[in-house]
Amino acid sequence: MSKGVDVNLENVWIRFGEFVAVREANVNIKGGEFFSFLGPSGCGKTTILRAVSGFLEPSDGTIKIGGKDMAGIGPNKRPTALIFQNLALFPLMKVWENITFSLEVQGVGKADRRKRADELLEMIALSDQGEKLPSELSGGQKQRVAIARALCAEPDVLLLDEPLSALDLKLRQHMRTELREIQQRVGITFIYITHDQGEALTMSDKVAVMRAGIIDQIADGKSVYDDPATPFVASFVGENNVFRGKVKSIDGDMALIDTNRSGTLLARMASAAKGTLKVGDNAMMFIRPEACKIATDTSPAHNRLTAKVKNEEFEGQIYNVFLEGSEGKEIKMSLVNIGQQRLSARGSDLTLEYAPEQAVALPAGDLASE
Amino acid sequence: MGGIFRDFFDRNGAGLGIFLLVVVGFWVVILIILPQLSMLDFSFRHHLPPPEMGGPKDTYTIEHYKYLVLGAPGADTSYNVVDLGVFGRTLIAALFVTILDLVLCYPLAYYLGQSKGGGFVRVLVLLLIIPYWINEILRAFAFRIIFGESGVINEVLLTMGLIGSPIDFIRANIALYAGLGYAYILLMIFPIYNVIESLDRNQIEAARDMGAPWWRIHWRIVIPYAKPGISSGCTMVFMLSAGALAAPQILGGPSSLWFTQIIYQWFNQGGNWPRGAAFAIVLLLTCIVIVLSMMRLFKVKIGDIGK
Ligand SMILES: Nc1ncnc2c1ncn2[C@@H]1O[C@H](COP(=O)(O)OP(=O)(O)OP(=O)(O)O)[C@@H](O)[C@H]1O
Ligand SMILES: [Mg+2]
Repeated sequence: MSKGVDVNLENVWIRFGEFVAVREANVNIKGGEFFSFLGPSGCGKTTILRAVSGFLEPSDGTIKIGGKDMAGIGPNKRPTALIFQNLALFPLMKVWENITFSLEVQGVGKADRRKRADELLEMIALSDQGEKLPSELSGGQKQRVAIARALCAEPDVLLLDEPLSALDLKLRQHMRTELREIQQRVGITFIYITHDQGEALTMSDKVAVMRAGIIDQIADGKSVYDDPATPFVASFVGENNVFRGKVKSIDGDMALIDTNRSGTLLARMASAAKGTLKVGDNAMMFIRPEACKIATDTSPAHNRLTAKVKNEEFEGQIYNVFLEGSEGKEIKMSLVNIGQQRLSARGSDLTLEYAPEQAVALPAGDLASE
Repeated sequence: MGGIFRDFFDRNGAGLGIFLLVVVGFWVVILIILPQLSMLDFSFRHHLPPPEMGGPKDTYTIEHYKYLVLGAPGADTSYNVVDLGVFGRTLIAALFVTILDLVLCYPLAYYLGQSKGGGFVRVLVLLLIIPYWINEILRAFAFRIIFGESGVINEVLLTMGLIGSPIDFIRANIALYAGLGYAYILLMIFPIYNVIESLDRNQIEAARDMGAPWWRIHWRIVIPYAKPGISSGCTMVFMLSAGALAAPQILGGPSSLWFTQIIYQWFNQGGNWPRGAAFAIVLLLTCIVIVLSMMRLFKVKIGDIGK
């Protein structure tokens, strides 16, 4: 199969009348990469994908596929294949006809198409289902047929618009692994869209986090999680405890934040904050629930907080503990379930601590949902 | 059977259930079955003066059907060339009107069905409906005027210098085809529009994404999907064109009769109801056979049409 090619978005703007759906997107996707766009509903993910596949011309900027400017080239002439949010299988065609529709378009004879269909059906483990209609398949099977149909055209770039969103949790997790395997096998560029951060983090080489038409950060999953570029990314990807305040002092990579409600706390400056966050600036700092531990030493320190236990929630592998700090500040802490004894009773005081390198300081900004 | 009824009453309640049964029963028995049965009965009777009806001479016969095929006894041709010719021409012309309407309406219905509402679409639908406020006779005579020898169309063509002398649209039956086609446009558009509206746009885009040109998208995706709508549109237009009376009467050329006109003459001028009934029943049955075989040819199930 063909090797994947680069996809570049240079200064891409997409407007619908007055409304700006995508603002100055600059994205460089390397050939063979599994690249995800992650963002909340309505942030412009599908719009970007439609622009790459050619159903939409950007209002401004350039989209290049394999180094070639795609302006004016229609979707039927681009080396991309799109898997739609709702799959869009052809209901009146048999499964094998669905899969080989792109070959039918190219005028390939029926016998050859049938042969190719059988190969692809075998790849997606649906060998004997070729004669069925799509309506006779289960959700996960339809999913795989849509993937096979897209791969049949041997595209250089596969575009996937939340293809797993209709599936139940178990199947979704299974399909994640499967998709990743398929991608590694065929080696083409995958551009994947999702609002599910778990999906983006587990499958992707690179993730672009979007918010209302703006791309906040492009990085690998671990960096997005551990070193967010904006408060939006910090609060959208995974869970985070947010503390607002002002920068009191900066010492190398570490910043001391005078929080509004929880005293002075120490945090590592995120890469994006270095050089921009100054003493006296409004700042936000983020501590992940799983970065919190119960402190044995309860004397005051810049990485300790005292709070009241409000509630706890057992999730199996972790306990979530909800605490109330001073002035009603809510804090969530997640503890790995290693069979330790139950926590202190509701309403009792608890001191928690964190490793300052695991807390992140950023210039104040919008959060994912307030 | 009992289960179905119990279920029906459970779902609709006794009052509504009885009402529905009575209305449907009235519709089927009084309005569909009885009139056609009495016509069928008529068609097998002799044409007798009223005093002899019910008398000893009033027996069943197939003379009227024989007449349609063979003509009057002792005629100089062995077949009833005139009536059969008109019959055949009527069916072909109705088929032609149906195809004409389909060709005109499919693109329009596709456009209406796939564009997401919008002011222009609403205006278009209104423009399609307004002509139906005008009654049939008025419409037909208006067509006669504009298609007439000194009508607007000939005038325009003449002044533009496209033609040297006026075209006789009436004699060439162009006015008739236009009138019939126009009269049933809505019956073609709406069923097709209805199905196409429910077609997922993504399917069209998916096909386009896989490199399909527009004609293949229509051939493989849209038309198969719209088939139930297309066949109910075609059925209605064909049946109604073949059975039309006013339009052929007013717009038809002097030399070309419509089969319904012959039926009408037997009923009315001839006062020969049995013969009229026989002719009408032959027309009805032939139309049904044509429609059913077309549906068979294009693999449409009768159940699909109600969709
Ligand atoms: N054709 C259009 N005309 C006007 N506005 C549009 C059009 N298409 C999309 N939009 C707007 O652009 C924004 C982004 O839409 P888009 O479909 O890209 O969102 P999304 O990120 O894919 O969301 P979801 O996760 O819900 O699918 C939305 O606010 C939407 O209303
Ligand atoms: Mg979307």
